[in-house]
Amino acid sequence: MYRIITRTELNPTVTQMEILAPLVAKKAKPGQFIILRVDEEGERIPLTVAGINPEQGTVTIIFQIVGATTEKLNRKREGDFLQDFVGPLGVATHTAGVKKVCVVGGGVGCAIALPVAQEFHRLGAEVTSIIGFRSRDLLILEDDFAACSDRLAVMTDDGSYGRHGNVTVPLKELLEAGERFDLILAIGPLVMMKYVTLTAKPFGVPVTVSMNPIMIDGTGMCGCCRLTLHREGKNVTKFACVDGPDFNGYEVDFDEAMSRARMYGEFERRAREEACNLFRKEI
Amino acid sequence: MAIVPKKHEMPSQEPSVRAHNFREVALGYPVEIAVEEAKRCLNCRNRPCVQGCPVNIAIPDFIARIKEQDFEGAYRILSAYSSLPAVCGRVCPQEEQCEKYCTLGVKFEPVAIGRLERFAADYHNANAADSPAAPESNGHKVAVIGSGPSGLTCAGDLAKKGYRVTVFEALHTAGGVLVYGIPEFRLPKSIVAQEIETLKGLGVHIETNVVIGKTLTVDELFKMGYEAVYIGSGAGLPNFMGIPGESLKGVYSANEFLTRSNLMKAYREHNDTPIMKGGRVAVVGGGNVAMDAARTALRLGAEKVYIVYRRSMEELPARKEEVEHAMEEGIDFRLLNNPVEILGFENPDDPRDPKNGFVCGMRCIRMELGAPDAGGRRRPIPVAGSEFVLDVDTVVIAIGTSPNPLIKDTTAGLNVNARGGIIVAKNGETSRENVFAGGDAVTGAATVISAMGAGKVAARAIDERLMPAREA
Repeated sequence: MYRIITRTELNPTVTQMEILAPLVAKKAKPGQFIILRVDEEGERIPLTVAGINPEQGTVTIIFQIVGATTEKLNRKREGDFLQDFVGPLGVATHTAGVKKVCVVGGGVGCAIALPVAQEFHRLGAEVTSIIGFRSRDLLILEDDFAACSDRLAVMTDDGSYGRHGNVTVPLKELLEAGERFDLILAIGPLVMMKYVTLTAKPFGVPVTVSMNPIMIDGTGMCGCCRLTLHREGKNVTKFACVDGPDFNGYEVDFDEAMSRARMYGEFERRAREEACNLFRKEI
Repeated sequence: MAIVPKKHEMPSQEPSVRAHNFREVALGYPVEIAVEEAKRCLNCRNRPCVQGCPVNIAIPDFIARIKEQDFEGAYRILSAYSSLPAVCGRVCPQEEQCEKYCTLGVKFEPVAIGRLERFAADYHNANAADSPAAPESNGHKVAVIGSGPSGLTCAGDLAKKGYRVTVFEALHTAGGVLVYGIPEFRLPKSIVAQEIETLKGLGVHIETNVVIGKTLTVDELFKMGYEAVYIGSGAGLPNFMGIPGESLKGVYSANEFLTRSNLMKAYREHNDTPIMKGGRVAVVGGGNVAMDAARTALRLGAEKVYIVYRRSMEELPARKEEVEHAMEEGIDFRLLNNPVEILGFENPDDPRDPKNGFVCGMRCIRMELGAPDAGGRRRPIPVAGSEFVLDVDTVVIAIGTSPNPLIKDTTAGLNVNARGGIIVAKNGETSRENVFAGGDAVTGAATVISAMGAGKVAARAIDERLMPAREA
């Protein structure tokens, strides 16, 4: 069992927790993920690590309440326990040799973009961060990004905070103004990562995207997290859990990934309604 | 006394009933029938059955105990050789092993060794009050990676000799393929749990949620004071066919489909795990895993389940008993058929139609058998112009697995073969000193009992390796 050390609501739909998991904390690197189960009957869900404290043995997770499992997770309080917490899984983000990086985060994806931005900053790279949200109420981690970025642009879709528009607007401006990034790292909704890749393409800047497909075991056994890469004229199947979660944005078949992400949409909606009804009854 | 020419039948659920529930298909021998079956054993001098058993159980001896109605005595003999007798009695391919060599089998049906093994183990589990005490510790620590049949066997054998054994399991439940792969109706999870409790009673410590190669490495295990490591990490990554449409929604690897149903308990009502239920299902492949997937789909409520296999019944690799069970339950075998494309639904008028991207059929081609290939099996050849579409909405691909790279990639000096399987010597030792391996991680997908045999061999070798140190 894994104790919840702290719990903070970052906005009405996003919660941050620090979990005591010393073995995971000792090994985890930015870009890797963990898998957790809330209780004995629960699903296994993957979450990319949002922070690591090896001294205290804690791993930070930040999650958005999207389905029955995250609903149940959100009901847990400080001092409560999670049934299972395993990791670190996947390959850490490659940071070697990058001097000038643009980190693009969208929505709750900013939670996992942050440790990567911090890592680049720690390694002495020049960090430009662009973070985007639907609206002001959903804004998270602005101060943390400001602290590790040489430049920061905050965008909202509805213009309620920062600049009006999506993350590709300032990215395109920077690229057009002649900024030469060694790497653009995009972490957020699939559609955002797709358009960041398309925006960068004419400028020939490498783009790394962090994929977060449906998973079960997280060690390569089930193949549920497979995605298609278009590589040298061929379709290559890769498993996000062992080969990723980071991939070359130019190779990823985003449309297929978006379709696969919706496989259990209907099931999830029903399960979440049931979970909510259950909680209502308990109260 | 006249010899009874046939094995005593084992009572089982009626096919029409069992096809709709997840309870165990075969119900086991009652006491009287077990004793009668035990009497069929000739107790012949040369005991060929023992040689046919990968762990060399003293088969005629345990059968003699059953004949004498000393069922606990029978169990004690079994447990001296096997850490998982209730499992082996259910899932071993006895017809290819012990029973194949049975002297009685020359003229008649062989003794039902597997059913008797199951009987003795179940009798013990149901009636034994005493759990075995942990032997005195010899002070030596051994790490076992993976809690499947191979790792558990190795751990059990070493624990019986007094080693302090820790088993590291990546998933949240111990048992490996016995819990994520083999379905409830063939091997109830409670049986596996009971066997694992017995091992814990022997002092085996199990750490779940630890992925060796990620959470800890093999080298770190040595630094932590483990003197030997056994890798029984299992088969690994599922293979796909490389045909168009394999990423459509509704296409599963058998590992995923079975894991969702078994380990994640989608087979139970009111469970959170999503799985596609009902509809029309095609399972591609002809092994035991394919049979398990097909019969699971049926029990989850499919209206039609096909096995699509590119060769004929003769080459079908699954156990005969499993194939018979599947046929009785109404699984439709489409033999000499090979998938060439999985078809997805696209609504031309509505790109947001929620049905878009889901499987709506599988294009197959008929095959005929040509000359034998290198492995001696006749090679299937496509029949030109014979393509047709099978009307299905779920496809489960059960065509094997490739070894998992996690341990190999993080263990310097661990040699693997071209297919990624760990290379071992006869005693199970790898290219790294005091690192042993066995089971599917070495052989690729094989049987539970052969994995157990490898665990046993390695346990003996580890003991021989650490013993001089112990005496010094």
